[in-house]
Amino acid sequence: MIMRLYSATVYLFLYVPIGIIVLFSFNSGRHASDFEGLSLKWYGKALDNPFVLESLNTSLIIALSAACLSSLMGTGAALALQRVRGPLKTLFDSLIYISIMIPGIVIGIATLVALVTVFDLLNPMLATLWPEGVKPPKLRLGLASVIAAHTLFTMSLVIVLVRARIAGMDRSLIEASEDLYATPLRTFIQITLPQLFPAILAGFLLSFTFSFDDFIISFFVAGSNTTLPIYVFSSIRRGITPEVNAIGTIVLAVSLTLLIFAQVLLQRRDKR
Amino acid sequence: MANENNRSGLLTGALLAPATAWFLIMLIMPLIVVAIFSFGERSPVGGYVASFTFDQYANLPSRFAAFRNTLTFAPFGTLASLLIAYPLAYFLAVKVSARWKLLLLVLVIVPFWTSLLIRTYAWIFILGGKGIPAMLAFIGIDDVRLINTPFAVMVGIIYGYLPLMVFPIYVSLDKLDKRLLEASSDLGGTPFRSFLQITLPLSMPGMATGCMLVFILLMGEFLIPAFLGGGKIFFVGNALVDLFLQSRNWPFGSAVAIMLVIVMLITVTLYMRLTVGKSTGRDESLM
Repeated sequence: MIMRLYSATVYLFLYVPIGIIVLFSFNSGRHASDFEGLSLKWYGKALDNPFVLESLNTSLIIALSAACLSSLMGTGAALALQRVRGPLKTLFDSLIYISIMIPGIVIGIATLVALVTVFDLLNPMLATLWPEGVKPPKLRLGLASVIAAHTLFTMSLVIVLVRARIAGMDRSLIEASEDLYATPLRTFIQITLPQLFPAILAGFLLSFTFSFDDFIISFFVAGSNTTLPIYVFSSIRRGITPEVNAIGTIVLAVSLTLLIFAQVLLQRRDKR
Repeated sequence: MANENNRSGLLTGALLAPATAWFLIMLIMPLIVVAIFSFGERSPVGGYVASFTFDQYANLPSRFAAFRNTLTFAPFGTLASLLIAYPLAYFLAVKVSARWKLLLLVLVIVPFWTSLLIRTYAWIFILGGKGIPAMLAFIGIDDVRLINTPFAVMVGIIYGYLPLMVFPIYVSLDKLDKRLLEASSDLGGTPFRSFLQITLPLSMPGMATGCMLVFILLMGEFLIPAFLGGGKIFFVGNALVDLFLQSRNWPFGSAVAIMLVIVMLITVTLYMRLTVGKSTGRDESLM
């Protein structure tokens, strides 16, 4: 009984703050903290704000690209790592481990410093290579650097998830398929891939959410671009407005939907 | 046969190549560049001048407060999360029926994967002047200040990282062989003694994993002190943002970042030596 009460309190602690943000996003009042009545006014305001729309667009492009890249590269690496043994395997394991464990802020700083240094080296070279009269391309921090930095973490995440799935996979089906003279490619497409698919999809969704919600890495490497979390951060710094509550609720709703989906996909694995 | 081996070797290489390139360009190279920068000098205009000096490291004591705060809040925050998380994990693993387990478990993990920015922002709202202090004033307790205090930072830490602590403990408790507990009670052990002698030691790996994950993330924390500490309680993360994005002292910032990583490695290694057992369930704990 006491355990139940305690657990209920912890769940309240976890969800009441989220609930308050959602509740106040429907506030019709002009001030963030005085609740006056229900309305969708601030959603309208937020979605009319060109800065919000632009940063939302930027965030969606980054999250989608990072999720696609990491599912493709991560799945490929997880499949290949099955066959790798010895020191090479240890090396990869530690790279995956480091990229997951190292704080986002260190990744952000290191990427910022390294990319700026490399770009400073490459830009004059590009300028000499380009034909005269044509404006040479200039490398600078932007969406691509955020995508690349996010992909480091999310790719490792996909590798971990897909490898766990491979370890728990039913090998007899693959053997049966080989015994029946299926080509390796056919075995892969018809047997392996369908079995791995839930883990890959879950990895994709988690990568998307991580990238969409990340603030600190983007803060360092986005250059002059603004992602939605960066926009929210700077508006909170300027003062709390009901508009932030509405944006926050939208962000929470997007990640909650994707997450519950991903969790269901992953938990199914344990049930079998 | 040799030909086939060759082809599968090529395929393995091709599948690993993009990931390898990513690790080299986005992880190894940046860390090396930061290490090099940390031995450099700052030019008067704010850029980097190549050189080999320990000046940046010698200057580290000027950021002592940031390191002290981080090394105080990170272990205490981890401990507080552990104490709050354990009973919940125990409840989920031992007491809850299979029907509700999945739902309740998902409900714990989900907040961790939603925006920490928004979740921390919620506490500005709750602890700020018009939140709990206003409610307290209503019942006659005036002038309570909660926001921008160590208490606020601690609440933010527990709120942010509790889910990450619950999950690995749950995993280790869930794997626990219930027959051990039955044997203990058959032999006349009280429930409390069974807990102390069986459940607690067997859940050590889960606790160790959870503590390590939370501790490492807290060491690099920026948002929670920025929002709830109001500039009075700042971590190394806040110093880093200031050095890289405001005062643009990259060489010194690099030295601070390298020092943070070193301190982290030392504490984590010491910690792993102290805790018994290998950290099992590390992979699952990410979820």
